[in-house]
Amino acid sequence: MSAPRGYIRWVARASMLGVCLGLAAPSVVAEESALVRLTPAQYERSIHDIFGESIQVDRGIVDPGVRENGLLALGARKLTLSAAALERYESLARQVALQVTDDRHRTTLIPCTPVAASAPDTACAAQFLSRVGLFLFRRPPTDAQIQSYVAMAGSASDTLDDFYAGLRAALVGMLVAPDFLFRVERTEPDPAQPDTYRLDGYSRAARLSFFLWDTTPDAELLAAAESGALDSTPGLYQQIDRLLSSRRMEDGLREFFSDMLGFDGFATLSVDASLYPKFTKNVADDAREQTLRTIAQHLLDRNADYRDLFVTRDTFLTPALAAIYGVPLPRSQELGGAVPWVPYRFPDNDPHVGLLTQISFLSLHSHPGTTSPTLRGKAVRENLLCQRVPPPPADVDFSLIQDTSNPAFRTVRQRLTKHRQNPTCAACHRMTDPIGLSLEVFDTSGVYRTTENGAPIDTSGTYRRQHYSGVGELAPLLRDDPAVTSCLVNRAFSYGTARMPSDNELGWLTETRTDLVEDGVTWRDLMRRITQNPDFYTNVAD
Amino acid sequence: MSVDKISRRTVLRGLLGGTAVTVGLPMLDCFLNTNGTAYAATGAPLPPCFGTWFWGLGLTPNQWEPATVGPDFELPPHLAALSPIKEKLNVFSGMQIFLDGKVNQNHYSGAQGQATGRVSRNSSDYSVSLDTIIGGQIGSGTRFRSLEATCDGNRRSGWSARGSNGLNPSETSPLALYARIFGDGFRDPNLADFTPDATAMVRRSVLSAVSDQRQALMGAVSASDRVRLDEYFSSVRDLEQKLAFELERPAPLPACSLPETSTDDIGSLVTQVEKTHRQFARLMAHALSCGQTRVFNLSLGSAFSRLRTPGEPSGYHSLTHEEPVDTTLGYQPKCKWLAERCMTFFTELAQALDGIQEGDSTLLDRSVIFGFTDHGEARMHSMKRLPVLTAGSAGGRLRTGYHVAAEGDAATRVGFTVQQAFGVSRGSWGSESNEVSRPFSQLLA
Repeated sequence: MSAPRGYIRWVARASMLGVCLGLAAPSVVAEESALVRLTPAQYERSIHDIFGESIQVDRGIVDPGVRENGLLALGARKLTLSAAALERYESLARQVALQVTDDRHRTTLIPCTPVAASAPDTACAAQFLSRVGLFLFRRPPTDAQIQSYVAMAGSASDTLDDFYAGLRAALVGMLVAPDFLFRVERTEPDPAQPDTYRLDGYSRAARLSFFLWDTTPDAELLAAAESGALDSTPGLYQQIDRLLSSRRMEDGLREFFSDMLGFDGFATLSVDASLYPKFTKNVADDAREQTLRTIAQHLLDRNADYRDLFVTRDTFLTPALAAIYGVPLPRSQELGGAVPWVPYRFPDNDPHVGLLTQISFLSLHSHPGTTSPTLRGKAVRENLLCQRVPPPPADVDFSLIQDTSNPAFRTVRQRLTKHRQNPTCAACHRMTDPIGLSLEVFDTSGVYRTTENGAPIDTSGTYRRQHYSGVGELAPLLRDDPAVTSCLVNRAFSYGTARMPSDNELGWLTETRTDLVEDGVTWRDLMRRITQNPDFYTNVAD
Repeated sequence: MSVDKISRRTVLRGLLGGTAVTVGLPMLDCFLNTNGTAYAATGAPLPPCFGTWFWGLGLTPNQWEPATVGPDFELPPHLAALSPIKEKLNVFSGMQIFLDGKVNQNHYSGAQGQATGRVSRNSSDYSVSLDTIIGGQIGSGTRFRSLEATCDGNRRSGWSARGSNGLNPSETSPLALYARIFGDGFRDPNLADFTPDATAMVRRSVLSAVSDQRQALMGAVSASDRVRLDEYFSSVRDLEQKLAFELERPAPLPACSLPETSTDDIGSLVTQVEKTHRQFARLMAHALSCGQTRVFNLSLGSAFSRLRTPGEPSGYHSLTHEEPVDTTLGYQPKCKWLAERCMTFFTELAQALDGIQEGDSTLLDRSVIFGFTDHGEARMHSMKRLPVLTAGSAGGRLRTGYHVAAEGDAATRVGFTVQQAFGVSRGSWGSESNEVSRPFSQLLA
């Protein structure tokens, strides 16, 4: 999105005034730039792509970020780096640089041999650092930057009497530089539309690459940026086609859905081991992977409709997951598999249908020892339908209806029904609870059950004025809700641009949703529509 | 004396020309006085230290307020765990955080108000916290500007922020914090020999060169991003300062010793949180006594506390909303038990500092720990009758042993009073109804 014309004129006038008064005036080009911090996954993938998979990256020490408007990707545009975080990044940078320059890697990663291993070699250092700088900074380093890093290497080589130690020091400098840790998205005037601004070629390359592959742009994309190919429609579309046809799309897809589904919550997931002994750390890891595998196979391998993820019975299981789902599972090895994952289809009469009945969703949105229809319903509303559920008000007494020994309140449905009699609470709980109650037949760990405290569980409800008896009937109603598609379109656009859509872009979003609802919501089609939209390559001034 | 003042090259050539050379620097300048409470050269007392301690979900209503105000108050049974530190403790009751028409962000607004002096409309708008303000007054000249840790495994469970761009992430692993403070780069202040680390010097000059690129980037980004970049470059300078500190011969600190380590066991069980908290408390105390920092922030965990006992289906936060009030007792018994455990943890932290003897006084005596929570009655998400605690006297600047009752006042008065005790020069603190200009002057010595 470009800046409003009025704002441009105001800035132009302010600039003139500033010039007259000798003041620095704001630059529209700068005001429409953006600074987006790399996620832990993007950091790790960038290092692996640039230096190779054999470089170990302790991703756990990278700060995971904060969620804003439903996405970590939006929070990434607000983040800076605290002193403690920078300390961790510097430590990580030293680990990476040590490996890159060690005996094992230097012969392949460093394109030249120094004149003497114990002394500075400006030419060799410049050759290595300018090449690495291009990939790390996602644009050619300026002459001043190269000089600065080469000087860093020279000074450190001199001090430590070791050429590679010097190179290591300069590489650490690049790895802690804001140009690497943040995606610095720069803009330029759009020649096709006076008074509007667009991302420059290198920023377009980075936005495309991080959106579709969740990693730094490769050499071909950077070359397209350099040649100006990304500024032309055919050149841009050619690169989009290339990226969309790659297996690396799975990296981008997995990261997007991990963000949209709030899978960062697994880092602090707590399920009571004494109540749910089968739910171990391995089960939690498998549960996360199960959902991502299901989505990747559905959307990429089968090119199937996103909405059908709500009703699909196809998934993958490990023995640990099969034990919780209560299904027999042939061993992967018996099927000739190298990994413990086995494709599995739940029978038609099985209660498990779609993503909502997978362990990842059920456990992530529960209390450690009890289910929470409210949390589960809230997650569906907020994560999958992009609706906002307000926080509970102050001064509400919940405890009166929590006594499970009271025969009138043995099930959570009975307790929540009583709770909803409080008009202050009713409005929000009407949004969340019916959806969550349809999942009450699955406990915190995802195990199927039919009673709670000895009373039968009632999973019926209504959704958009249609009655359902349980999640098996609710799932198709969710699938057919246009909000499911518009939420996906909105989240994907926000994720890719690291900003909320502007008012001027809402029309495009609505149109896209309408088209997709009609044609089928397939992943590559959605990605193509978003990346072919010129607004994808713009920012909005703060 | 700083190694910066020596020719860097001379030192390093000597260092690296063969085996490491011990650099003898004059020690007499920085000897402590004979009883270890002041630097001998200047007679200045050891500097004051400040820590925040957060626990979620308040205390049990009508059970914790002492019956009398002023000194010589008696701790009610609910606060019995604080008895060992009572003489060095202040208890504040009756205060609240005002929302001024904003939505009560449950388990957030109350803590935010006390930590920053203001309540925002949403959680992405968080400003400078109390520890940063006090750190600005007392924190210079240490290796770490501050240290943050939390006991629930969630790096975002703290309340410390330097600027407007989010919370400082907290350390979750005691072993990792140990390594950060006492591992690579730690210089034992009591060792006679000192050898500057050439690698640290190189690291420092690399960061210095990164800082030099500041101007080039500033012109390319928007006004709001310039603020973010400023914070980033402040962090770079902090790291430079940390390395500079490591390159200087530290002043001897007789009370400094390395803490013991044990394995991590991070989780939400009371026993796990107790162990993790104990480890962090010890680490913070030793970091202060060894001059590594003067400011720390320790949190028991998220205000949505998941503290629990084995086999109990609900965590602490759920219990506050689900456990029935026992009509005979008049309170939620499980919640009360957990709140009392929290008070035990506070006592353990205070004792960790109090156990470090520095001449006639202790580390706690020259420190203040500010203990705060999110709600008065968590069951009702109440913003009133917030319990607040302080321990320690900032080297005699803050009187202790008081119960201060300030019915209806803004709870920011406690933070403002503590700022005054540390010599922060400002006439008021906080915004809207939480702005205060009157400290509890009876506590200021």
